[in-house]
Amino acid sequence: MQTDLILKIDNLSKAFGAVQALKGVRFELRKGEIHAIAGENGAGKSTLMKIIDGILRPDKGQILIDGKAVTIPSPAEAQQIGIGFVHQEIALCPDISVAENIFMSVTNASRAFMMNYSDLLERSGEILKGLADIDPSVPVRKLSISQQQLVEIAKALTLDCRILILDEPTAALTEREAQALFEIMRRLADRGIAIVYISHRMAEIFDNCDRVTVMRDGHYITTMNIADTTPEQVVAAMVGRVIDKLYPPKQSESEKSQEIVLSVRDLGDGALYSGVSFDLWRGEILGLGGLIGAGRSEIVKGVCRLEGNANGDVQLHGRTLGAGHYSDRIKDGIVYLSEDRKGDGLFLDMSIAVNVSALDVEKVSSAIGVINDDEEADCAESLGSSLNLKCNSVSQLVSTLSGGNQQKVAIAKMLFVKPKVIFLDEPTRGVDVGAKAEIHRILRDLARDGVGIVIISSELPELIGVCDRVLVVREGRIAGEVTGDRMTEENIMYLASVSSEGAVLS
Amino acid sequence: MTMGETVTTYGIQPKPGRKRASLASTAGRLLRMRETGLILIIAVLFVVMSFASPYFLTWENMRAMAMAFAVEGIVVVGMTILLISGGIDLSVGSVTALAMVIAGLLFLSGMDPWLASAIAIVACAGIGAIMGFFVTKIGLHHFIVSLGVMVIARGACLLGTGGRPLGLYSLPPEFKFIGQGSIGPIPVVIVIFVVVVVAFDFMLRRTTMFRKVFYTGSNEKAAAYSGIRTKRVIFLTTTLCSALCGVAGVIYMARFGSAQPTFGVGMELNVIAAAVIGGASLSGGTGTILGAILGTILLSVVSSSLALLDVSVYWQDIIRGTILMTAVTLDHYFNKRRG
Repeated sequence: MQTDLILKIDNLSKAFGAVQALKGVRFELRKGEIHAIAGENGAGKSTLMKIIDGILRPDKGQILIDGKAVTIPSPAEAQQIGIGFVHQEIALCPDISVAENIFMSVTNASRAFMMNYSDLLERSGEILKGLADIDPSVPVRKLSISQQQLVEIAKALTLDCRILILDEPTAALTEREAQALFEIMRRLADRGIAIVYISHRMAEIFDNCDRVTVMRDGHYITTMNIADTTPEQVVAAMVGRVIDKLYPPKQSESEKSQEIVLSVRDLGDGALYSGVSFDLWRGEILGLGGLIGAGRSEIVKGVCRLEGNANGDVQLHGRTLGAGHYSDRIKDGIVYLSEDRKGDGLFLDMSIAVNVSALDVEKVSSAIGVINDDEEADCAESLGSSLNLKCNSVSQLVSTLSGGNQQKVAIAKMLFVKPKVIFLDEPTRGVDVGAKAEIHRILRDLARDGVGIVIISSELPELIGVCDRVLVVREGRIAGEVTGDRMTEENIMYLASVSSEGAVLS
Repeated sequence: MTMGETVTTYGIQPKPGRKRASLASTAGRLLRMRETGLILIIAVLFVVMSFASPYFLTWENMRAMAMAFAVEGIVVVGMTILLISGGIDLSVGSVTALAMVIAGLLFLSGMDPWLASAIAIVACAGIGAIMGFFVTKIGLHHFIVSLGVMVIARGACLLGTGGRPLGLYSLPPEFKFIGQGSIGPIPVVIVIFVVVVVAFDFMLRRTTMFRKVFYTGSNEKAAAYSGIRTKRVIFLTTTLCSALCGVAGVIYMARFGSAQPTFGVGMELNVIAAAVIGGASLSGGTGTILGAILGTILLSVVSSSLALLDVSVYWQDIIRGTILMTAVTLDHYFNKRRG
């Protein structure tokens, strides 16, 4: 048993200033296994992986590869040892071709003076073949986010690695793409490659991994065989307490209301979506399901007048809203929470208070537009504490918060304007289990208080667990609606992926 | 409950009495501020120079130094705001000169100098609006647009004057007063400068209007997703910067009693350097007027000191460049450590 240990980490510690990110962590990786690492954001998973990849140096502890102690001073050195790392954030050069991106590190290491483009295209075509239908000659910027993620994975596969680290690789993938990735992972593992798999999704861990190591607050907690444990046990180990219910209770029959909060009729932008009609009832959480690229975000942004030029009728509490700018919609009480928290949801280099008031700074200002800093801070503190936001002070920069807490700031930003309808695009992407459950509970409370809630999510268990009703969007149209017992992954996937001609789309 | 009204658990609850920041934490924050560091450096320079040169700490020298940076300081204000919004303007020197030339030519053609100045300032704002149009509607980069305008405006100056300074000997004394006069012991130029700086510093720190400039510069997309009309913000900051160049140009004209078509060559670099030393970032979202003005003062004190110490003018550029790089490097280092 000991002989097939490829990586052994012992008593590893790392501190950033006063923050102890890792405390005496150990970790063992065997040849040919898929080993999940689970833990909430801030548990130390990323720090551990960055140390293995040579991005960070440990303060203390030992790393043994094949039983020999090594130091890994840089990612290039890690590659030499045979460690490949697919980061969560996509780091490709958008203007050069897929093929050149895939072979970037190899090209870098080669001694040849001239580039052999035809060979490059051919070899990258081979690597992509099992992975996705992507033309290796197009520039990366023309690909969707999920295709780019697959290129990142293809890039790591060129490295002839013995240890492959995948950090939330499925966050931006569709179900089908994710399945394709799992098949490839299994093939690689069968070839003896050890795979470290980081994910927040219990279902993926339990369907595809062999063992799981749980970390919490920089500590090693336990390593278990997947066959011998349950998702509940893993989650309990992650959060250090038992989460009895992952999802809050749904709307009860008695809570059902006939009052329509928002009504959309025949919305279309002439390109990406058309004929979109739906009603949002008081007290319900409405889900928008469908494949990535089906037009869900575009429809929601059309309702909010954020992007594109949508035609159609939008009524809020029976009042028809005119065309106009998103700022007019905010005044009416309709807000949009972006799916890309870091990219366009928050001002990372600004304070929590300044972020929270961004939608309507006038609210904490005098008549002539002078901001009252104290009032602004009070509002942020009040909203923050009601959302259980963990921070030292509201003058703290948002970039210093964990993913879950950042998302709470983003939600506080919406609640600041007392919205009547909130559209949330992937509200828990990259958020750990504990904070996720909290966010779901907050949304349920808001719905109960009469705020219209519409959620877009690519995570089917979330849609099914949280929403009272799910509309499935396919090719820019509402393909169907599922409620109650019919709300299953199969039904949603069927509506999402079967085109009118009966063919299955990817 | 009325239609549409929502009572939520997650609202803003009124909270009585806000605890004031303690003296120690206020002092700590002051110490970490960029402005404090700059004031200390300037103070040290003052002390050193007052020993090194008997002329340094004289009223005449102080006045000359203040006059040297005061008018340019108005341009620095515009540039800082533009930088915060995520833009940049290379045309400030040319546009300042063009303001002088336009006002000078109109005055020579018999127009009232005040009206001529007003037209020149509006014309400069118009140039800024055109740049803003190219940036926000066509989608070109500030750098390229303002580079083009820099060359065009300089060309227009030379074309309008035949390349020679316009002597404006008949400017009425009440007009020259804004450039040459004093209120008590204080030159009018410095009074205008202080008013502009204090007003814009306050507005930038405290008003909703300028808060939107910070949002836009910090993350344009997030700002748009917060309902802010970011294109309008960028259009306005670009226009404001050029308008302030117009104001500076008119004051220069009053001060020199002439319009100089070759004035302000290389001014953009000095102005950008001052703003950056003062904490503005070329990627937008950060910066203060006070910091930028301290940056201007620092550069000016250094120039003046070097002149008093008889250091060759050729050394001055080398030293200015070194100061810029040192300031930015230190800032990068400290920011990284904090983050």
